Amino acid sequence: MMLLEQGAGVVRILDAFWRGSVGTSSALISGTLVRAVPLTVVGVGIAIAFRAGVFNIGGEGQLLAGAIAATLTGLNMDAGPALTVLAALVMAAIAGAAWAGVAALLRARFGVLEVISTIMLNFIAANLVSYLVRGPMQEPTHIYPQTELIAPVARLPRLLPQTRLHAGALIAVIIAIAAWWVMTRTAAGFRLRAAGASASAARTAGRIDVSRVAAMALLTSGAFAGLAGGIEVAGVTFGLYENLSPGYGFSAIAVAILGRLHPLAILGSAFVFAALETGALGMQRDAGVPSVVASAIEAMAILLVVGAGAWSRWMPRRSVGARVSADGAA
Amino acid sequence: MTVGAAVDGVALQLRGIIKRFGAVTALDRAHLTVRGGTVHALVGENGAGKSTLMRIAAGLETVDAGSVELFGRRARGGSVAESAASGLGMVHQHLSLVPALTTTENFALGRHGLYRGDAVGALLARTSADAGLSITPDVPVSELSIVEQQRLEIVKALARGARILVLDEPTAVLAPQEVQDLLSWIRRFAARGGTIVLVTHKLREVIAVADDVTVLRRGAVVLTRAVAGASEEALADAIFGQGAVGPNGTQPSSAAPNGDVVVHVDAMDVSDLRGVTRIRAATLDIRRGEIVGVAAVEGSGHRELMLAVAGLRAPDSGRLVLPRGIAFVPADRARDAMIPEFSLTENFALRGAGSRRGVISWPDMTQRTRAGIARFEVVASSPAAPARSLSGGNQQRLILARELEGDVDLVVADNPTRGLDARGTRFVHEQLRAAAARGAAVVMHSSDLDEVLGLASRVLVVHHGTVREQPVDRDVVGRAMLGVE
Repeated sequence: MMLLEQGAGVVRILDAFWRGSVGTSSALISGTLVRAVPLTVVGVGIAIAFRAGVFNIGGEGQLLAGAIAATLTGLNMDAGPALTVLAALVMAAIAGAAWAGVAALLRARFGVLEVISTIMLNFIAANLVSYLVRGPMQEPTHIYPQTELIAPVARLPRLLPQTRLHAGALIAVIIAIAAWWVMTRTAAGFRLRAAGASASAARTAGRIDVSRVAAMALLTSGAFAGLAGGIEVAGVTFGLYENLSPGYGFSAIAVAILGRLHPLAILGSAFVFAALETGALGMQRDAGVPSVVASAIEAMAILLVVGAGAWSRWMPRRSVGARVSADGAA
Repeated sequence: MTVGAAVDGVALQLRGIIKRFGAVTALDRAHLTVRGGTVHALVGENGAGKSTLMRIAAGLETVDAGSVELFGRRARGGSVAESAASGLGMVHQHLSLVPALTTTENFALGRHGLYRGDAVGALLARTSADAGLSITPDVPVSELSIVEQQRLEIVKALARGARILVLDEPTAVLAPQEVQDLLSWIRRFAARGGTIVLVTHKLREVIAVADDVTVLRRGAVVLTRAVAGASEEALADAIFGQGAVGPNGTQPSSAAPNGDVVVHVDAMDVSDLRGVTRIRAATLDIRRGEIVGVAAVEGSGHRELMLAVAGLRAPDSGRLVLPRGIAFVPADRARDAMIPEFSLTENFALRGAGSRRGVISWPDMTQRTRAGIARFEVVASSPAAPARSLSGGNQQRLILARELEGDVDLVVADNPTRGLDARGTRFVHEQLRAAAARGAAVVMHSSDLDEVLGLASRVLVVHHGTVREQPVDRDVVGRAMLGVE
């Protein structure tokens, strides 16, 4: 309906969407896959926090903190090709964890809800980037609000020549698999899931230090988002500027939820979201359809998934309730 | 100012109330006459039917037979609105306020029409001033102490025109000074013509504050009298009856407590989560092979004692020596003992999760779960089934299977048979006895005194934070629970 009201032919619009997202090899590889990388890495981090019952809404801020750290490292360090980029990524992860650590500290010390503090830290990070690229980190000519480009040794290698696909895609896949393995196979991952599923049972039956687990989950989540920022700098932008992230940290929340907080499923949902977004850009470019349409489609996809999830949980929950009250009366 | 009319008349009259829940008769021809302008105490053991009787008066439950009259008017029953309109308000044991809303907003809940903050605020101020209960307006309820929340509940009921206030165990959650304040408020309220029904476990409060007392035992009224001249002993006898044989016909274990000491407690103080000291200077030893029963009425501090002995609540002071292998069966199994959405295997893995390292071998864990399911005869489709798919009895079997696996030095069980049928109850009892026979020390609490007496080789009574050993004798233990020497 929305598309038709734009007065354009449906076929033309769908064709533009198709060619902009997955229909051509360059759109698929240089557009969608490249865009799926930060969505995956932040999304996995968000899933880790959400699984532990910590609502980290600050992926965007943590990603920017990581981007700042990676840029700083890339501009100031030269330790050869492999080591420099590795150091940039490690610094990015540490910066992301530190940015989330502020929220963890506020929660532990003053009981500030992480939902609030992480959102606020997003704004601070965005403004920090604005300040840095106009002030201390601005490129030498002082014309553009951006930094110099980082040295080639601090950049991630391309996976395929003549494309924008970089080694960060491999890192994203490895991270998703590793997170899945840790969550399902290790004692720490089990503690995380238990603390998130029922803090009281985790504490009493599992003797789990729930606040510690929650804090660790928040830090890990921040480290992943920071790493995504580092990968973006080292693989795509090669420098810091405002709007470096088109809201990856926010889209990644939707990606995590669409993937039902399952790291392997997030690989798929990140791809779907990336395709939606690049396709929307294609529609805008070739058929004049506003890209907000893609945002509307994303929102509908989330509503569908959340709705289906709530429905499937609600049905059995009713029978549990009935049984508990029957027990209580006996 | 006077709170209501009918000072000399009968405010609340319940006649021949019969109430059944399935096969259980909760109330058997219970009657209650509450004179206007008096404080009427309603006492009895857990499960004696006190709360049910008051829920019927408040219109929260229907009756199978009998009648309810409020200020001489016959109520049709089963309608909260009707009871409230007739002037009866109930303050529940578990307060029903919305934490995220302010005092004023909570006060407005259940009122009709538009919400006008200033009008509601004025009414709150007027009602609370009239009642002599100070309420801070516009503060989130989550920031209030328990006693302030309770005050708000009372003021809410009064604003709806309540002339009879039913307070269901109002002192169970309060600190001593708060109890004193509440009791003196109750007296002032009655002096101004208001009527109070005080549901309580605590005989000292009855003697201190009530004009009349009614004792319920197993759903029937066994005593109604004026409090003047009544002794705590006489009331305790009425509450617990005479004779020590429990209805479940279990015999006390006779194992001689001559094993090693596995739990050593010396001058231990324990607080609840609010920081109020609930257990004071507890000193006790628990040995291998014995079953120690903990008897107490609600709000005595036994919860904190059980948590401390289970190693889940650190003492404020004193010494607490615990063994390594501790099995804990909490009272609220759906909340504290298991995760309903997790599989049986994952719930099995919950024990020891806090200190486990490295990789979990799920095939091994599934194997152990399968063995536990077999040994404890859990009816389950598979170890991969979610725990919520099990019945309450089977959930408890699973929890016991998990907690009693391996080397267990100490078993702490809080109301382990709550909500279980006779077969499930017997099974739990057998398991606790078997654990003791294998050389574990067992500490159990039940709100059913007969269950404690039936299982325990030794009984500890917690009264008002003090822990004392008592002989396994129904009368003696019953009195000690109520603080009657």
